[in-house]
Amino acid sequence: MTDRLEGREKVTGAARYAYEYPLDDPAYAAAVQSTIAKGEITEVHADAALRIPGVLAVLSCENAPHLHEVPDAELALFQSRTVSYRGQFVAMVVAETLDIAREAARHVRVDYVSEPFDARLSADDPRLYKPDTVNPVFPADTEQGDPEGAFNGSAVRVDATYTTPAEHNNPMEPHTTAARWNDDGTLTLYDSTQGSSPTQEIVAQVFGLDRTHVRVISPHVGGGFGSKGTPRPNVVLAAMAAGAVGRPVKFAVPRQQMFATTGYRTPTIQRFRLGADADGTLNSIIHEVFEQSSTLTEFAEQTATPTRVVYQAANRRTSHRLARLDVPTPSWMRAPGETPGMFALESAMDELAFAAGVDPVELRIRNDTDREPESGLPFSSRNLVACLREGADRFGWEHRDAAPGGHWEGRKLVGMGVAASTYPAYMRPNKATARADEDGTFTVRIAAADIGTGARTALTLIAAEALKADADRVTVEIGDSSLPEATVAGGSAGTASWGTAVVRACESLRGKMNGSVPPGGLEASADTAAELDARDEYARHAFGAQFTEVEVDADTGEVRVRRMLGVFAAGRIINPKTARSQFIGGMTMGIGMALMEESVMDPRFGDYVNRDLAQYHVPACADVRDVDAAWVEESDPHLNPMGSKGIGEIGIVGAAASVANAVHHATGVRVRDLPITPARLLPLL
Amino acid sequence: MRPFAYERAATADDALRLHEDGAYYLGGGTNLVDLMRLGVEEPARLVDVSRLPYGEIELRPDGSLLIGAAVGNSDLAADRTVRESQPMLAQAVLAGASGQIRNLATVGGNLLQRTRCSYFQDADKPCNKRDPGSGCPARDGDNHNLAILGHSEACVATHPSDMAVALAALDASVHVRGRGGERTIPIGDLHRLPGNDPQRDTVLESGDLITAVEVPPLDIPSRYRKVRERASFAFALVSIAAALDVEGGTVRDVRIALGGVAHKPWRARRAEEALRGAPAIGEEFQRAAEAELDLAEPLRDNAYKVPLARNLIVRTLTELGEQS
Amino acid sequence: MDSEVTPVHAEITLLVNGTEHRLRVDTRASLLDTLREDLGLTGSKKGCDHGQCGACTVLLDGRRANACLALAVAHDGAEVVTVEGLARDGRLSALQEAFIEQDGFQCGYCTPGQLCSATAVLDEAERGWPSAVTEDLRGDPVLDDDEIRERMSGNLCRCGAYTGIVKAVGEAARKTQAEEAKA
Repeated sequence: MTDRLEGREKVTGAARYAYEYPLDDPAYAAAVQSTIAKGEITEVHADAALRIPGVLAVLSCENAPHLHEVPDAELALFQSRTVSYRGQFVAMVVAETLDIAREAARHVRVDYVSEPFDARLSADDPRLYKPDTVNPVFPADTEQGDPEGAFNGSAVRVDATYTTPAEHNNPMEPHTTAARWNDDGTLTLYDSTQGSSPTQEIVAQVFGLDRTHVRVISPHVGGGFGSKGTPRPNVVLAAMAAGAVGRPVKFAVPRQQMFATTGYRTPTIQRFRLGADADGTLNSIIHEVFEQSSTLTEFAEQTATPTRVVYQAANRRTSHRLARLDVPTPSWMRAPGETPGMFALESAMDELAFAAGVDPVELRIRNDTDREPESGLPFSSRNLVACLREGADRFGWEHRDAAPGGHWEGRKLVGMGVAASTYPAYMRPNKATARADEDGTFTVRIAAADIGTGARTALTLIAAEALKADADRVTVEIGDSSLPEATVAGGSAGTASWGTAVVRACESLRGKMNGSVPPGGLEASADTAAELDARDEYARHAFGAQFTEVEVDADTGEVRVRRMLGVFAAGRIINPKTARSQFIGGMTMGIGMALMEESVMDPRFGDYVNRDLAQYHVPACADVRDVDAAWVEESDPHLNPMGSKGIGEIGIVGAAASVANAVHHATGVRVRDLPITPARLLPLL
Repeated sequence: MRPFAYERAATADDALRLHEDGAYYLGGGTNLVDLMRLGVEEPARLVDVSRLPYGEIELRPDGSLLIGAAVGNSDLAADRTVRESQPMLAQAVLAGASGQIRNLATVGGNLLQRTRCSYFQDADKPCNKRDPGSGCPARDGDNHNLAILGHSEACVATHPSDMAVALAALDASVHVRGRGGERTIPIGDLHRLPGNDPQRDTVLESGDLITAVEVPPLDIPSRYRKVRERASFAFALVSIAAALDVEGGTVRDVRIALGGVAHKPWRARRAEEALRGAPAIGEEFQRAAEAELDLAEPLRDNAYKVPLARNLIVRTLTELGEQS
Repeated sequence: MDSEVTPVHAEITLLVNGTEHRLRVDTRASLLDTLREDLGLTGSKKGCDHGQCGACTVLLDGRRANACLALAVAHDGAEVVTVEGLARDGRLSALQEAFIEQDGFQCGYCTPGQLCSATAVLDEAERGWPSAVTEDLRGDPVLDDDEIRERMSGNLCRCGAYTGIVKAVGEAARKTQAEEAKA
């Protein structure tokens, strides 16, 4: 139970985030967003803004410097006159102060020729197509056996369509970059990123620099949840601005602008067909997904991929269809794919349990499998059943009356629900160095990121264990692209991937030390690429089970979570203290998904209209009462030297279904369209 | 935000003198600064009235309260006299915003909050309230949290204040100093329905300064209840301020005001009339609620507010009846 | 045109964490930007700039307030305590210690606001201020978990560290009360 190592810095305000580094005479940028959804910019009128005292520059497609090579169309800032979505950055102002920059941005007038556009996702859109792969490299469609035939011939059938809305990551720290061009032509960025190395690489490409000439510094990042996993336009904007005015420039995306420019989770429409024997044994699973991306970039969320993993069935099909709409570009948001997909799968399983008259926990146990159903690979470890049993036991599941609806307490309806969780145990190749000094201290270096996950603390514990040293003698340096190259804090792969490189570097160092450290110290390095290539083929996934008790006000349709318990099987837990918080944090975001989070697209304008934290509701303190997480012991030799699986995302997976299933148990009403607000629930009560 | 001159008024005369065309009074700033930063409001001058000598709460001999316009929302809700004599008012204030916002916000400013309609708050979109004649995209857009009562072709916005809903039920009145001297406006007349000129939220004229709110005594069971999409720190979908006096099973006095349903706090006079003298039973509460909500004209996304408001009326009156 | 776009400035004095500062500010400048950009006190955070997240919460004349909604010019002469001023002589406050002990944060970005807010919550409870979940407004509220949750709801935490935050505030409240009882 180790406290966060940077805890003191964070509670005293000493921890610096991207906007907060002392810079020599900084200027401030503000961005102008397009007010049309599709079309061409005919003219940018910058003169009014330029006349404002304190304005240093206005940049747009009319005068922006040419970018070198842009791997992500979202980063091609001011490189063309084409507008691809409403809210896209079309110009920026750089000024002496933030107030001047923001005001001047309102005085930049942009003329457009507007074109007809379509921003509405529907399952019968003629433009829907099958992407080559879904994020990151999964096949769009899979099929085994005769799914339709088996479904039609099944004794118990569920055929239901679920929808999840667009959701925005909304980390508390807005996407922020402070950029400085140095006298030697190198570029320094203080950036709110989930990966300093990948950002360094991409920024170097965009500006045509040698990679070593870009340095990205990000020791503290105020959350990301996927939205800071790739550089967003703020990075290019700040660097371009700093170049234009020859001074350091700071830019934080205003909260309202984040809703168009920093990514979000695609809305989904998901049709599920489950066919089972009378006892609930699945014969057929058909999961069809419809979702959106922008015209600018193809981001195909892997929504049906968990369906390929969780339950056995001889006949099965999954498919993804994507519509490229005139909308902002969706991207990663905490457990992309698993989160919306498992809402649908685990809701459908609850419906099947009811239809078959089988207890929902038992139904899931009955359809457990020791091989990954579609690949046929053995699981490196799989303890879904243990999580279900442990959770049911701790939660008091046996007291649940099976019949849905009618569990009154005063004017409140009370119910319990369950859902399974799953998330892949990814690993990516990384590099690290470990150094021993004569004074008995160790320094481990890797360009990992701690976006609140506790990575700094976990890596220190991992290094100390590998070095057989006390943790207080070990310093782990992260959050800087000048450190050995590391992969992004994403895919719940950080600790496993970085930790392996750290362990290997430390092991190598210990080998060199041979019991003593010579004058000047010793250093060793590691690169895990070859090790990862040589791994045996296993299906590696974490699992979990989430139990929720809700109360529903029968007069108002308000749903409140009374208590929630997640039990997870995620390999070895490195630091219980921060791990518990990670699980609970994911579950909390799942409560938000279930009950309140919804970005509302107005298809007449092409943007999300509720673009602030007063209208896009994330859970507040009062929404989170008795929420707890636990885990089962899981020893898995096929993972990595720590025996760990990722824990950053699995907490949100299944959480929304667990809440929705509890609402059904409380009320007898099945809400298939998230979130379950009074507007949706009350008319059905 | 447009640059502006800042003046601090020491007296009401000062304030009126400093207020000229394009000037706004500044209280706590919790809504005005927010809207200025969005480019929705563009005052050329702010006249800070937060330090005018209107910071007292007075319990007068007749049991009425005189609440200074500069009293902070937190101070109002924490005041022992208010909690004793008008607990519903304290409940309503506490239901609004957050602890830190209530510390900044003033009574006068609370009454003059502007709608949280998302189209109003986006200066790049049409809005008749912000830009008269530009149209109302909310009418056929995302209106799940907008008005069901008293709206117009021009505007379907709701008034966001919780406090004002309680004041409406309490028959409060607002003391105003204007260029023509002092006057008192019943709270029900302060806020307007949108009609064809939704840019005007209230009947106040340029330069008018709210100096106090007067709350007559009401010593019958009352309560404020707010329904929202998260458990705290959210605007009302629908809220209710209600008071009920039952004698011998019969309704002697009843007050019902609804929030989140109209351009102003909605005093449910039809329901009240139907209930006065009627038996204090659920069927009558239901009938009265329906009589009021017969007036409702729900929009595409907010039909749920009709049963929600009805249920709130019935439930709240039922609970108050049990206390009576 | 020019008068409409030329910044207007004012001289103000702020007493921040015990130190007096004389400043020339743009009338538009928020207290938050003044603290962060002019005084280098970057502990107070900007999460939304519209009073909707609470990350900017400071103690303004002894009360918690959203520094993003407070115009610096309107608070000339004010006494401000930021997260940098909560520790005394390098000794963390009971709340700061409890936040570390109970792991009341992850990314840390909302933490300064949470801490300033919680500091005020303890004080408000001490003064008998009620909240929206206080059953009997006539009595003095007891700072139980439901009260803490409601009172802390103006500080959003997207990492979802609320369970740790509530424990930390409760622990600090008990500790503070115990110390007062001893004194």
